[in-house]
Amino acid sequence: MSRKSNITFMQVINEALDQAMAKDDRVFLMGEDLAGGATVKHLAEANQDAWGGVFGVTKGLMPKYGRQRVIDTPISEMSYMGAAVGAAVTGLRPVPELMFNDFIGYCLDTILAQGSKMRYMFGGKASMPLTVRTTHGAGANAAAQHSGSYYGLLGAIPGVKVVVPTTPYDAKGLLLAAIEDNNIVVFSEDKTLYGVKGPVPEEYYTVPIGKAQIKRAGTDLTIVAIGKMVFVAQAVADQLAKEGVEAEVIDLVTVAPWDQATVLQSVQKTGRLIIIDEAQPHNNTATDIAAVVADQAFDYLDGPVKRITAPNTPVPFATNLEQLYLPSAQSVLTEAQEIITDLKPIKA
Amino acid sequence: MKALTNETAKAAYQKMNTIRDFEEHVRKIFAAGVIPGFVHLYAGEEAIAVAACAHLNQQDYITSTHRGHGHCIAKGCDVNGMMAEIYGKTTGLCKGKGGSMHIADLDQGMLGANGMVGGGFPIAIGAALRQQYLKTDRVVICFFGDGAANEGAFHESLNMAAIWKLPVVFVNENNGFGEATPPKYASASKTFASRAAAYDMPGEKVDGKDFMAVYNAVGQAVDRARAGEGPSLIECQTYRTYGHFEGDEQTYKFDSPEEIAFAKRDDIQEFRAYALKANLFTEAEATAVEDQAMAAVQAAVQFAEDSPLPDAQALYEDVYAD
Repeated sequence: MSRKSNITFMQVINEALDQAMAKDDRVFLMGEDLAGGATVKHLAEANQDAWGGVFGVTKGLMPKYGRQRVIDTPISEMSYMGAAVGAAVTGLRPVPELMFNDFIGYCLDTILAQGSKMRYMFGGKASMPLTVRTTHGAGANAAAQHSGSYYGLLGAIPGVKVVVPTTPYDAKGLLLAAIEDNNIVVFSEDKTLYGVKGPVPEEYYTVPIGKAQIKRAGTDLTIVAIGKMVFVAQAVADQLAKEGVEAEVIDLVTVAPWDQATVLQSVQKTGRLIIIDEAQPHNNTATDIAAVVADQAFDYLDGPVKRITAPNTPVPFATNLEQLYLPSAQSVLTEAQEIITDLKPIKA
Repeated sequence: MKALTNETAKAAYQKMNTIRDFEEHVRKIFAAGVIPGFVHLYAGEEAIAVAACAHLNQQDYITSTHRGHGHCIAKGCDVNGMMAEIYGKTTGLCKGKGGSMHIADLDQGMLGANGMVGGGFPIAIGAALRQQYLKTDRVVICFFGDGAANEGAFHESLNMAAIWKLPVVFVNENNGFGEATPPKYASASKTFASRAAAYDMPGEKVDGKDFMAVYNAVGQAVDRARAGEGPSLIECQTYRTYGHFEGDEQTYKFDSPEEIAFAKRDDIQEFRAYALKANLFTEAEATAVEDQAMAAVQAAVQFAEDSPLPDAQALYEDVYAD
């Protein structure tokens, strides 16, 4: 079924949650102010939520499904995230929301030491059908404690899958795939993309977790990017195309376990790799990709692997500094000049 | 509340003995270097796990602690599988991949011993939320120590259990030491039970060496939970017979004559004496049960020793579900 107008990333998340809850009674949401206004009489009488999530993503779901399935929790991240682990290991399919991924410190134990390890340390007898929705990303002047990108940190934990959707279409399909998955899936939404519109089918569909997507085919240079950095990669590719350099742009989509086959295949074809990630530069996804490529595709490389990331700093508040913090098409072209310059004579 | 019948008393006595024998054996072989890793022994605290779990059915859940062997046995975990797990053998309850601190048996409602102090609180909340969500009458017991009571998760989880009236009973095993530090230093509350008042739930402190005291207090709390009346907190004052971990020199012990006297009490002997006097079982039955417990532990040791190590391939298995 096609719909007439495009819908926003945020509406898409809401629609996916709605469809997952309609499909399976075991699916429920929990988090802080997913509805808001619990026990407030006039809201209850009108069956209304207050906020519908701090960004409004879950608006309307409580009135539809009730407070039993859209559970507003106290501001107790450790206990509601751990409760989600306990509910998942006993057979439900919780979808807790961690309002900002920067709050992970409060509840990391439940993922790091409990949920991610139960299947392994219990000898394969546990499933962990748990989808953690959270938000990441700089660019909203939300400053150091509300703007970080920690999907790489979470993706470093065995037993955890991490997806970072770039488009509304993928957001819906990946969220539904995450909720169907029998593992912890961290579904990390870039809050600065919430207003982005795109074509999205109304019906239920899934997009495979663990599969990177080639957004633009090219033969000269591979650019791997995560989340909104894919748009930066596309801008870089557009710019390079004007100079006769054909870049292949890969949206990693899944940060853990990331799609090595697609990346390696591309690098084997192009011999050059730029990785763009707005997370910090060390001990992170970009470093991991660079390491695997250096290991597995060394003989195919015609130049150094370039990682274009945020600097090794917290996210600054001031608009000009925050813009400087984020990789941009210009910063990519400047920082990766070495391998790009190499290409131009070949193409000329 | 489930009445303590002759049958259930005998079963409880057997479990207490099984735990003691199990732990004494583990202690011995750990000292001999037969088993690897860390072990935290439950010997001396048997009355709590067994009396509490006596109120549970197989489908009820418990969360446990790093000192979890007693909870496992009390909840019905297979002793062979437990011992093999501690030996790191493939026949272990967790295929040798969990070890002493992570023994779990979901089929028995045992949601895992837990290497993280206080790690069980939120998991118990989740399991209890499940019961409420699916409208079952199952309950959850969350065992935790005096050390765990000072984790933030304690407060979050008691609060959440109370606001949602979850079917969970928080059973605090105050064994006198959080690692090497007594609660009189580590806790501002005179009792942990008193903290229940902050979350508007019933709180009671009982003698954790006294099987019947634990049995009655937890029984009432389990009834409340099953009836949908919400959580309770029961503090059981007991004593940690051995160290925090095996190998601990325990130089922090025996601070007062009261502590020395309390440490000498044996919950199993006390329950035996009580049960004989109350005609719950006879001397001959008691002896038979003691023998059965010992035989079961010896069989478990044999089973564990005879079992193979995990295949190398097991290292890579069960990280993700399909």
